[in-house]
Amino acid sequence: MTVETIQNPGAAIAAGQKLAIADCDIHPSPKSVEKEVFPYLEKRWQDHYNTYGLLLRQPYQNGPAYPKGQPDAARRDAYPPNGGRPGSDLAFMQTHHLDRYNIQLGILNPLRSGQGLQNPDFAAAYCKAVNDWQIAEWTSKEPRLKGSICIPYEDAALSVQEIERRVGDPNFVQAFMLIRTSEPMGNRRYWPIYEACAKNNIPLAVHAFGFGGSPVTGGGWPSFYIEDMVGHAQSAQNLISSIVLEGVFERWPSLKLIIVEAGFAWAPSLGWRLDRVWRQNRHELPHVKRPPSEYMRQNVWYTTQPFEEPDRRSHLKDTFEWIGWDRLLFATDYPHWDFDDPQRIPLPRADAETRNAFFLQNARDLYGV
Amino acid sequence: MAKHVVGAAKDVPPGERLRVDVAGTPVVIYNLGGEYFGLLDRCPHMGGLLSEGIQIGLVEAPKPGCYSYDRAGEIVRCPWHGWEFDIRTGKSRFDPKRWKTRPVEVETAEVKDAQTIDVAQDGLNIVVTL
Ligand code: FES
Repeated sequence: MTVETIQNPGAAIAAGQKLAIADCDIHPSPKSVEKEVFPYLEKRWQDHYNTYGLLLRQPYQNGPAYPKGQPDAARRDAYPPNGGRPGSDLAFMQTHHLDRYNIQLGILNPLRSGQGLQNPDFAAAYCKAVNDWQIAEWTSKEPRLKGSICIPYEDAALSVQEIERRVGDPNFVQAFMLIRTSEPMGNRRYWPIYEACAKNNIPLAVHAFGFGGSPVTGGGWPSFYIEDMVGHAQSAQNLISSIVLEGVFERWPSLKLIIVEAGFAWAPSLGWRLDRVWRQNRHELPHVKRPPSEYMRQNVWYTTQPFEEPDRRSHLKDTFEWIGWDRLLFATDYPHWDFDDPQRIPLPRADAETRNAFFLQNARDLYGV
Repeated sequence: MAKHVVGAAKDVPPGERLRVDVAGTPVVIYNLGGEYFGLLDRCPHMGGLLSEGIQIGLVEAPKPGCYSYDRAGEIVRCPWHGWEFDIRTGKSRFDPKRWKTRPVEVETAEVKDAQTIDVAQDGLNIVVTL
């Protein structure tokens, strides 16, 4: 009898797996900000970073507002063997994640990218540096990976500059914001961003979290991380309501909005409620010409991680059908702790073509890659 | 069912664990204060490797405002989504009837004719029945 320790538990899975996957939410980190991001940051801002760090508009300045589900919010098996934070080592990400799950397209969504920094000029400089870093360390080395244009979204003019800097650059497939903005997202101060995205046909992804300064729930600052996590659904509903009701999709009908990491099963009930109240109060906002749910179906996509886990899988079937199978994008959130495994999510039954769309083709069509 | 010698008992002292592949099945063996317990090394949720998870104690609240902490090291927390399993039974803490990982029978025995190199020729070995 021989006894082997398991060196690569993923190998067996990868060999038996044919399905090609698009992962619409991967989080890369620099091995070291000084080594990898500083080369793209002016000296003035390097000094600023060294002196003050990245100060966000939130009441907890030393790290996240809540303890994460695991240290560094990461899967405990995602630490690169050569050291560094999870998500900081391309070679390890390739074997541990991309190869293992046959990921053909991976969308990089950098966090700690300068978004939400209180100093708007520093936010813009840091976002630009993080965008350059994505090219240098990730997308230029691994063609399966595509970057996100991080924008200092609290300042629309600076954000538009950054979007326009990257227009036509094949390293990027979307512009990137965080959900918890300082004003509801349909507010006019953000409109130039939507105009720039629509004009240049760049989808706009909006990821859970963010540092707008408002409490993370409609009822104030809760006590626990679980409330922070379920709060993303509230924040996403706020943003969709605001964007639809302010008439953003009426002004820029081609704008593509992707809700990332905030769940999706709430979308049907939000649509029903918005439609009902719209029917009753339509005269207040005549610029919203159609029922709000129609804009949701036309302009909004959702990444599916963290997946919904109802006791009965069939309950999700209706949800998928209301949203549209073509509007749901698979994502893992690698290397974070609430990672979804493509083979283990309780996906409703569907034919092969629909599954393929869900796991790959929807993303390819949306991003045009 | 067959018995498999997977290692020398002295190499897995109390508080330690051993991850082994037993005839193609991933198994993690824990030593809790001198007693050995085995679990299928695959979380029933999405398949995270329990052997990569930390061992914690059992925090419970018999009623709100009153907390207990005991059985230090006897609960394994999945390295992915943090589900907790009782190492002695493989059952999850939040729904032990429905969600569990398979317990694997482990004993220690002297095995004289063991073929494997990393097994003690004198002293106790860890033997898995699978
Ligand atoms: S895989 Fe173990 S808790 Fe999800």
